[in-house]
Amino acid sequence: MSAPPPCAYITAMAVFSTLTAYANPKRFLDLSRRIQPWLGGATALLLAVGFYWSLFISPADYQQGQSVKIMFVHVPAAWLSMFAYACLAGASITGLVWKHPLADQAAKAAAPLGAAFTFLALLTGSLWGKPMWGTYWEWDARLTSELIMLFVYLGYIALWDAIEDPNRAARAAAVLAIVGAVNLPIIHFSVDWWNTLHQPSSILRSGGPSIDSSFLWPLAIMALGYQLLFFWLWLLRIRTEILKRRARTLMLMRGAQL
Amino acid sequence: MSPMRAVLRRDIALAFRSGGGAFLATAFFATVAALVPLGVGADLPLLGRIAGGVLWVAAALSALLSLDRLFQADFEDGSLDIIALAPLSLEATVTAKMLAHWITTGLPLTLVSPVLGLLFNLPVEGYGALVLSLAIGTPALSAIGTIGAALTLSVRRGGLILALIVLPLITPAIIFGSGAVLAAVQDTGTAAFLFLGAFSLGAVALSPFAAAAAVRLNLAG
Amino acid sequence: MDFRVARGEVLSLEGPNGAGKTSMLRLVAGLLPLTFGRVSFRHGAAEISDPEERGRFIGWFGHADGLKAQMTAAENLSFAASLYASDGDVAQTLARVSLTRAAHLPGQYLSAGQRRRLGLARLILSKRPLWLMDEPIAALDSAGRQLAIELIRAHMAAGGMVIAATHDDIGIPGPRLTMGAS
Repeated sequence: MSAPPPCAYITAMAVFSTLTAYANPKRFLDLSRRIQPWLGGATALLLAVGFYWSLFISPADYQQGQSVKIMFVHVPAAWLSMFAYACLAGASITGLVWKHPLADQAAKAAAPLGAAFTFLALLTGSLWGKPMWGTYWEWDARLTSELIMLFVYLGYIALWDAIEDPNRAARAAAVLAIVGAVNLPIIHFSVDWWNTLHQPSSILRSGGPSIDSSFLWPLAIMALGYQLLFFWLWLLRIRTEILKRRARTLMLMRGAQL
Repeated sequence: MSPMRAVLRRDIALAFRSGGGAFLATAFFATVAALVPLGVGADLPLLGRIAGGVLWVAAALSALLSLDRLFQADFEDGSLDIIALAPLSLEATVTAKMLAHWITTGLPLTLVSPVLGLLFNLPVEGYGALVLSLAIGTPALSAIGTIGAALTLSVRRGGLILALIVLPLITPAIIFGSGAVLAAVQDTGTAAFLFLGAFSLGAVALSPFAAAAAVRLNLAG
Repeated sequence: MDFRVARGEVLSLEGPNGAGKTSMLRLVAGLLPLTFGRVSFRHGAAEISDPEERGRFIGWFGHADGLKAQMTAAENLSFAASLYASDGDVAQTLARVSLTRAAHLPGQYLSAGQRRRLGLARLILSKRPLWLMDEPIAALDSAGRQLAIELIRAHMAAGGMVIAATHDDIGIPGPRLTMGAS
């Protein structure tokens, strides 16, 4: 259900080295304005195709029935919850080490998206659990990990909000993001271990159902659609952050003049 | 006396004079633990089963209690500037503070835990594991807590954010710690102790660097 | 903005509130990182560029007293002595700033002037060559001002350096730098 895509971190870094070429916020704003419509269009197209395929074309599972289709919304959300954290951590390292001007905004912008995808994964996982487990919440290892992940995101967002000065907030949040990046795999492992200790007979514990190819294609398209949706929203939020910071600077300058 | 020992001794002395020191954390620990039977009922077999878990959660909450003032008090009264200019790296300073926090919370919690185990009808096999797991695991609580305290040192009323930041990050300690107690009661091996030890060592080794970085950036404000 | 302080010299930083005097002191102390520009500190023939290394030569007399309310004046001072690995005598230093009778009072019962005096005592004990002082004579009575000025003069005579941010004239001749006047 939610093994992280192995290339997630590398992709995040690659995205960043590309962004480095557009270090200048103004160039970034120009470029992102041109990319944005295409990205939005591709996202809409992929998600439309993916939804149609997964809901109407792909068959019902012989065990899970129609409820298997929740997987098409759930699995990519779970992936993205981790991918967003990888992006957040990559941006934080970039900001802390290379003092890249866009990295702080990129990290800040990724957090609510990651939290939203995590929440979506939890919600859909819980909806899937009702027909499958007979309960909305099972203390399943993956759901529990996602829940802790949501708290990590919330702590990160709260820290950003708590510190007034944006530069100080950015650096503090970056330290937290890196500590979280080191700790999240350990948390994941500990939760898995905890699950085997307390619930030796959980359903679908070892890897979930193997995926049939009739599910694989729509799943892949949905995953790609989610991925593009994330990038589209991320760019949008980074742009907003840049503009918000500019507005703040203007306000401070006016305050200094008065 | 070396500068690092001076910081350590001062922080312990301050904890005893104003925060009630070890007493406050242990009293809170006992109170939280005592509330659980009131909530779940005086079912001794059930309490015996959940003793390790409850005491570990209570220990984590007690460790949080005094964390928010760990750096904030020194930041507000200017002591942190004085300490930052001492012939002592910030890494060493935060290590001293981390150790002082453990001596005034983790250590006393570990020492009183058998008494609470008694109240919880913990099976005889569990006592050694309870004390040992707290002795091994509470340093991780202080270590990760120190990072959180350093990150929020300039935040007024940072205690709630501190809890939100620190609690998810210490879940492995709670899982392995209470798991170790359970494993001892059920006689299912010592893997949990090894994981707990590894987590604790890693946290203690890495947190001075993260916490020092956080203090530095907050001083730079 | 460009300035230098030589041995035996007092530099006065002057300017209205909000001109950045305190920030300048923090920059020199290395507590605030430089975004651009340079602070260089020469010790003998060696030039020290690392800000934390530079901090080892600095005595800090900040706006906040850095005293603990729960510790007595003497305890506060002996903590500073151990922290700065100073071999100075705590009782003598307390006597030097006329705090012998207040030695066993907890920090919370000390008056603002007594707290400043304790800060001066810490400065002497630290035995650092460069003193950074934020409003060195504020909150002090006339005897206290006299004391602060005497201590600064003694420090200069011993080859020390002082950078003092102040809006009152401390009456010691030396270079002046006016900040925030544009």
